[in-house]
Amino acid sequence: MWQSSEVATTGRRFGVPVVPGPTRVMIAPTSHEETTAMNTLDALDAQSQRTDIPDFRAGDTVKVHARVVEGNRSRVQVFQGVVIRRQGGGLRETFTVRKVSFGVGVERTYPVNSPAIDRIEVVTRGAVRRAKLYYLRELRGKAAKIKERREKQAS
Amino acid sequence: MDRQVKGILGAKLGMTQVWDNGRVVPVTVVQAGPCVVTQVRTPDKDGYSAIQLAFGAIDPRKVNKPESGHFAKSGAAPRRHIVELRTTDASEYELGQEVTVEAFESGALIDVTGKTKGKGFAGVMKRHGFHGLRASHGVERKHRSPGSIGACATPGRVFKGVRMAGRMGGVRYTVQNLTVQRVESDDNLLLIKGAIPGPKGALVFVRSAAKAPAKGGAAK
Repeated sequence: MWQSSEVATTGRRFGVPVVPGPTRVMIAPTSHEETTAMNTLDALDAQSQRTDIPDFRAGDTVKVHARVVEGNRSRVQVFQGVVIRRQGGGLRETFTVRKVSFGVGVERTYPVNSPAIDRIEVVTRGAVRRAKLYYLRELRGKAAKIKERREKQAS
Repeated sequence: MDRQVKGILGAKLGMTQVWDNGRVVPVTVVQAGPCVVTQVRTPDKDGYSAIQLAFGAIDPRKVNKPESGHFAKSGAAPRRHIVELRTTDASEYELGQEVTVEAFESGALIDVTGKTKGKGFAGVMKRHGFHGLRASHGVERKHRSPGSIGACATPGRVFKGVRMAGRMGGVRYTVQNLTVQRVESDDNLLLIKGAIPGPKGALVFVRSAAKAPAKGGAAK
């Protein structure tokens, strides 16, 4: 997000404040949402955006409690596995959870903001060096194990 | 034929998605209205019945005398865009009346008219969906060309209307039978399921669907 010590109130064109070049300072964006918070539809998207989703990233093991509608009754289905990617941004963001079930790899992709998700539990935090863990698909057993992340600030 | 058409002018804001019963619905958001009725056409006076809608802010200095006189008749401030809507219930409208998004309800079938994005001079693959020529097997520098455009000495000419490269887009286009997903009357927003023509900020004209199915839909 661009911020400036003195924002020119005059000289507005197309609703965008004209900021004089030399005075503006870049403040590092703290989140992706903040960098794109200049779209006209943000207020509308905020209605569907969920705020109760915990912070998790690729490599973390999560339990996804998803509501499944069968006929006229719904129940909660739990899917536990490793997050191998988070993809997209804003309301469109999805994440993929992979688990190995009876020797078969199963991946499910959920929208982060889906109302069908009852809740997401973070089981463990994983130490990984990639944002997309597609390499896990080729690995089996112990090789596919992800080390747990040490919290830095705890020391 | 008794066709009561509702209509409103608006600006396309862009696309996003909303959730409907756990399903993602792609929607185009249109900031529609409030429009003002600037003229009511009646069969007695004009030979047909229609209403004239006006929409959009404009600097009053830019409006010339004939136009500002026309707006003054309805008692409305001058607007940027004017459109006429043929409807049999035109007599139910009165001059100066406001038309808002509340004219539409969620689930209604609508047609949306707008001006498509200009694509410039486009080849036949982009403009008409031709398949082009092969990537290999001796094709030389002709991969996106149309191929044959007609026969030889008979007829000895190219028929009229053969699809070729040329200007694409930037034309008036109507998308029919779209569904209103949601109406947000506080912000004058219409959430329309699917895509509509034009870039963001473009003027679009929303009307009740001309070809609404006889049953199973919101038929008139």
